[in-house]
Amino acid sequence: MAEDKDSAEAIVSEVHRKISEAFDVFDHEFNKTVDVREIGTIIRSLGCFPSEGELHDIIAEIEEEEPTGYICFEKFLPTMTTVLMERRFRPIPEDLLLQAFEVLDQQKKGHLEPEELTKYLTQEGEPFTPEEMEEMMSAALDPDRNVIFYKDFVSMMSVDNHR
Amino acid sequence: MGCGFAKSDQAQLKQLNRGTSIVPAATAMRAALLIQRWYRQYVARLEMRRRCTWNIFQSIEYAGEQDQIKLYNFFGYLMDHFTPASSERNLISHIFREHDIGRDVEWESYKSIEVPELYSGPHLSFPMTFSNAAELVEAFKNKQQLHSRYVLQLLVESWRRLRILPNISQISTCHSKEITICGDLHGHLEDLLLVFYKNGLPSSERPYVFNGDYVDRGKDSLEILLILFSFLLVYPNDVHLNRGNHEDHIVNLRYGFTKEVLGKYKLHGKKILKLLQKIFSWLPLATVIDHKVLVLHGGISDTTDLHLLSRVDRHKYVSALRPPKSKKQMRSGLIGSDLEDNDPTYEFVGSSRRRVRSLTHTTYTVTRHEAPRRSLQVQTTRVTYSVEEELKKRRRQAGLSQSYRDLHNSTMNSDLDSDPDSGGELLDSNEDEWKQIVDLLWSDPMPQDGCIPNDVRGGGCYWGPNVTEEVLRRHNLTLLIRSHECKQEGYEFCHNRKVLTIFSASNYYEVGSNRGAYIRMGPDLVPHFIQYQANRSTRELTLRQSVGQTERSALKALREKLFAHKSELVSAFQVYDPEHKGRISLGNWASAMEAVLKLGLPWRMLRSQLVGETVDGMLDYQLWFRELSITEHKTELSNANLLETMYKNHSNLETIFRIIDTDNSGLISLEEFRQTWKLLSTHLQTDISDKAISDLAVSIDFNKDGSIDINEFMEAFRLVGGDLLQHEDDVH
Repeated sequence: MAEDKDSAEAIVSEVHRKISEAFDVFDHEFNKTVDVREIGTIIRSLGCFPSEGELHDIIAEIEEEEPTGYICFEKFLPTMTTVLMERRFRPIPEDLLLQAFEVLDQQKKGHLEPEELTKYLTQEGEPFTPEEMEEMMSAALDPDRNVIFYKDFVSMMSVDNHR
Repeated sequence: MGCGFAKSDQAQLKQLNRGTSIVPAATAMRAALLIQRWYRQYVARLEMRRRCTWNIFQSIEYAGEQDQIKLYNFFGYLMDHFTPASSERNLISHIFREHDIGRDVEWESYKSIEVPELYSGPHLSFPMTFSNAAELVEAFKNKQQLHSRYVLQLLVESWRRLRILPNISQISTCHSKEITICGDLHGHLEDLLLVFYKNGLPSSERPYVFNGDYVDRGKDSLEILLILFSFLLVYPNDVHLNRGNHEDHIVNLRYGFTKEVLGKYKLHGKKILKLLQKIFSWLPLATVIDHKVLVLHGGISDTTDLHLLSRVDRHKYVSALRPPKSKKQMRSGLIGSDLEDNDPTYEFVGSSRRRVRSLTHTTYTVTRHEAPRRSLQVQTTRVTYSVEEELKKRRRQAGLSQSYRDLHNSTMNSDLDSDPDSGGELLDSNEDEWKQIVDLLWSDPMPQDGCIPNDVRGGGCYWGPNVTEEVLRRHNLTLLIRSHECKQEGYEFCHNRKVLTIFSASNYYEVGSNRGAYIRMGPDLVPHFIQYQANRSTRELTLRQSVGQTERSALKALREKLFAHKSELVSAFQVYDPEHKGRISLGNWASAMEAVLKLGLPWRMLRSQLVGETVDGMLDYQLWFRELSITEHKTELSNANLLETMYKNHSNLETIFRIIDTDNSGLISLEEFRQTWKLLSTHLQTDISDKAISDLAVSIDFNKDGSIDINEFMEAFRLVGGDLLQHEDDVH
């Protein structure tokens, strides 16, 4: 029993250290605070896949009473620990991602036109900003055929994600 | 699955997938949401990787600078304690010898250099004209090389011009002139050309201020200098050049400028370097615009006094790494106070500044006491201590870190290099002057109030917002523009927008690492920024690709560092592995890494890039090291200790070699090689037997002709390969 407790503590302690590391990368003034606009990056880089809405909810939870534009570590740590321990915002499996693209490909062409994809991603769901769209397009677009072969795109991106 | 899709949705999705012609709104929304969620996570991870990469580069860069200063201090210390007969001393006395470089006559000798008919490069005529200067720019753009005769002539003329300039230039934006301000260029000619392309060449309508660090690291440092000097000659009132910390021949030995010049000008390179040594010391220290905006390279300290600075004889300070002789330091004994301030591993209490820490673990410290006043040649009182004995003794006596005060009290005492311009005995005031200049060239801002020694770089200080306030107020200024630190966007404000860093070398660490920028400023004194990134191919790279490239480069550099610290790391790992099973958990791995390397890096985040396979979350560390150390070298090195030391001190070694290579042939003798190693091992307090060194020397003599080619040697021992997780193809 004691062993279990030790290892549980060890796990939590390791999680704490992971969170602390990620937080510190964005703590530019070395005072254990980060700009609230970087919280999304931190949470995601810890392996979570929240939607923008879910992100805003978390931020609301950890912000100060009177928002200062900064999030302090003291508040971030317990919330983030819970998120990780509960495995909230789990990763999206590759096949599901592929299905999402396939669904948008009405005519089952095996590829998407840039206009099509742009329309969906900038008008539906939690729309991309023009910058986000441009960035994704530059990675996704096949320069020769001028279309997005989404199957290849997904495979390519998934390799990266395993690093 | 818990990923936002309920089971029923999934079923719905599958059903719709059977080729209906319209995508129902709800489905489109869900699909879009999924893709967006996924992509944003991807981007965030990239951003994290980018920041980590950046941290790696910076930590290695600054550690290198600190290394340089430590090495230099060591030399200085040795110089004072060598017996005149010591052969080791001869090796490095070269570095301190400032040849008589005051006489014009010697420099006129360029006239005797003939320019052959076959020479197809640009011809310069003096006084230079604008078209001459523009022609030079074109020539360099076309990769031509300027003939040494013209180089020397141009440098002599530049020197003549520089020496009549004040220490602090006062310029104004009258006549609605906008002033352009550029930061560090570091030999990146393509960036200078890009700036000229976007902004126009310097002219009386387009004045420029260049804020130092023109040389080192990049490969076209000399061309940049020649261009800047040309425009200085053509438009002396509209081109202003500030000195940077790299405008210093000692620093150049390590960071590539010396090597570049000697490589490009085999016959006259040495002369060119000598002349540049002098020219650097004549570069002005700062520029003030409209009495309100102060432009200088590094920064300030709480003691910065522009009035004092405007009065110094700046040319006496040929190298900021060489403080002047003074009476004070001769009396200074062992100062036991101020322990807290300069221990490089100290976390400053309160506002704990987690900056990158030194990678060098030399506990060797210098404390000056009873330094002889006389030159070494006159000094006959010191009898035969060997270097090692002397150092052991001093280390026992010392055992303390230097305080900031000590740091600039400790000096290299060498009269071999008396500058003919300096008269008589130098006073204590020189020390203050020297500190003022070093602060100007080496300091960095920090977020917290105060002013503390810059232990990361090893020179200057870190200054806080209160110091900015005070110094600006004291001099009735409104803004400080400085450079010295690479910034991802090319520029960055701090201290309530009272301090502005401008950095003009894009892709500084690696292709895609950062943009460069320059400032345009009109009479309203509001800075406007123009950013750019040289190298057309970077813009075509996707975000993912450019991060990957930079990251690979950073990781490679980091792996080399890891390898260099192998024995300490293994010891640290074994603390967590008392039964010597050869495995530790990843959490413990991360803790050990930080404890040994003290780089302040997020090891858990970097783990996947540094560590290959793990079994059950446990790492086989011996295997890991074997994989790390894939090297490509032509010799069999059985002495692992030696190899590790070599990697750790790669740059130091090269610096020393270049110093030894007095005729700049690129070759040193086996005997010199052996002596270098002895010196270095003393500096590092490592134990390398004479036999090991001899074996190494013989094995490195690839041609078996009794001499060692420096370049070959350095190349042979670079860590090649070992990229454990390279999935991506090279992108080009």
